Amino acid sequence: MPSRRAFLAGLLATSAPRLSWADAGNPAYLAAAREPSGVHALFGLSAEGQDIFRIPLPDRGHAAAAHPTAPEAVAFARRPGRFALVIDCLTGRELQRLHAPQGRHFYGHGAFLAGGDILATSENAIDTGQGVIGLWARGEGYARIGEFASGGIGPHEIRALPGDVLAVANGGIRTHPDHGRDTLNLATMRPNLSYLSASGAVLEQVDLPAELWPNSIRHLACAPGGQLAFAMQWQGAPEEGVPLLGLHRRGETPVLAEAGLAEQRAMQGYAGSVAFSGNGRQIGITSPPGGRLHVFDAEGRFLASHRRADICGLAAEASGLLATDGLGGVMQTAAGRLAPLASAMRAWDNHLVRIG
Amino acid sequence: MRALLTATLCLATLPALAGTREVVQDHALPRVAAFAEAAQALGSAAADDCRAATLRPAFQRTFDAWMGVSHLTLGPLEDDGRALTIAFWPDSRGLVGRAVQQMLAAEDAAVETAESFAEVSIAARGLFALERLLYEAGDAGSEGYACRFAQAIAADLARLAQETHDAWQAEFADQLLSAGDPDTPRFLTEREAAQALYTALSTGLVFTADQRLGRPMGSFDAARPQVAEARRSGRPLRNVILSLEALRDLARALADQPIPRTEAGFAAALETARDLDDPLLAGVAEPAGRFRVEALQTRVEEILPPLAAEIGAVLGVSVGFNASDGD
Repeated sequence: MPSRRAFLAGLLATSAPRLSWADAGNPAYLAAAREPSGVHALFGLSAEGQDIFRIPLPDRGHAAAAHPTAPEAVAFARRPGRFALVIDCLTGRELQRLHAPQGRHFYGHGAFLAGGDILATSENAIDTGQGVIGLWARGEGYARIGEFASGGIGPHEIRALPGDVLAVANGGIRTHPDHGRDTLNLATMRPNLSYLSASGAVLEQVDLPAELWPNSIRHLACAPGGQLAFAMQWQGAPEEGVPLLGLHRRGETPVLAEAGLAEQRAMQGYAGSVAFSGNGRQIGITSPPGGRLHVFDAEGRFLASHRRADICGLAAEASGLLATDGLGGVMQTAAGRLAPLASAMRAWDNHLVRIG
Repeated sequence: MRALLTATLCLATLPALAGTREVVQDHALPRVAAFAEAAQALGSAAADDCRAATLRPAFQRTFDAWMGVSHLTLGPLEDDGRALTIAFWPDSRGLVGRAVQQMLAAEDAAVETAESFAEVSIAARGLFALERLLYEAGDAGSEGYACRFAQAIAADLARLAQETHDAWQAEFADQLLSAGDPDTPRFLTEREAAQALYTALSTGLVFTADQRLGRPMGSFDAARPQVAEARRSGRPLRNVILSLEALRDLARALADQPIPRTEAGFAAALETARDLDDPLLAGVAEPAGRFRVEALQTRVEEILPPLAAEIGAVLGVSVGFNASDGD
């Protein structure tokens, strides 16, 4: 039985106006960019790739996590980052600055659980190198409320799935902030895809065959039907042409997807982003060094290669895919081609985040 | 939609860049034409007489012409995997040797028509497969399977080179020159076209430093002279020199103003290369030889900063924001 005081406080809280993404102009995407002046900013983009808002950032970001309903974004510093900014996308104000606890640093991605009440962040336990998922309570001013093991080393992107299951790309690469981004465990790395409950229980783990252990699982996308896509970055020679996309359904063996030899090598062993198309029937991965977007079907069959220099950001669009690049372009896949939607004098950063 | 696009494009359009036109007209088109001509001659020579000894000169001339264009990895050469089909290198998994052996052992009938040969693994096609036949398999005479295989590779190379040339002339040259025109959205702005050419230039230099020189150097304890590019046909150092000459030509065409520091960088690298007297880069196996090759690699790397300052900065372009710093 709640106390009278708590009951009243609850009433007050619910009667306060609740802001939604509509109040921020209904952006469909978030993306960070560097402007010609060298300033970094977070942009809200419409479904058609046009600017809706611009909020200056103190430094180059990596990815953002969009709150599912409130116009609030969490922008992560590039790894090994120590802080993340919670930004009010209505006013552009910094609402909160999250500091990684002692002995932890952020790996650059986060996801909201429990309808947006909890923020989960991918982190490194610096002393042991074990991956950690940090938990923060939005209703308590983003107070750190706990953490659990990520199920591997070097967790990078994490995604909230229905039922508050957290999918974690444990990249397998051990790093230490004293050595920047250097890989400290190339010979022994062993990435995995982990499904964790909201309390940190390991529900399922997916491994790669031994010859692909140097293939760091780093980015994730999920389809409405429950299929998960993971994108990899090969730590061996770029011309070896290993698969860079995996498709997985819970309880099944993953399907590794690749293009023909020449196209596969053209990706240079690097997939920077992964996304399902809006209709869930296609999956794209981007390679900025290869200047390519590869598109596969849900069974992992190669469908198309689109060329675009420095392409990286990728997200679902109404039916197909929306992509951004380092030259300022916003493009969509339509009728088998990559069509430009907008171009601006700015360099879009690694990730394009779909809101909602 | 179109109105929106035009509006945003205008913001990003810079004054016309003379360098792009000069690259297309004075650098790319003549060089792809020369490559098509050389590959055509190779195809005809093979059709006439496919013995290794008589084909080697045409092979060498075709490889020379290829070194004149291999850095143009934008446009037609990246379509349909053409560049890799023409030159499958580096080959760290040893695919070329295996694919050629398989074709020879099975006497694969795919060599009989151009259509069926175009479906063969790209590791069994192109200059490096032909190099195996001409420099390693021994002289097979004019009747055997190796002869028909060599003819098929030569004809396929002639076709790929012609397609590259035709696509540059009919389409890609215009796409570079009409950058910013919303009807040809390959390059959304003139800056993007210049950026693509600049990227080809700096990527070409990095490829020569890291791959052509860096691969055989291996590590200090484990040099790998056997993986030098086109070692069987005696071309490792020649390829370095020809690539530097081609890249210098591209730099001169792309720049709209004098580039003295870049010129000095190319001159120093070319002089070091010509003085090397180690055509196979086999010296990497010995400390002194390795030191000399490493000095050449350093000279090549030293071209990059002046290139960025004298060409990249002036054009307002740099190498990829994401490509150079992903995560």
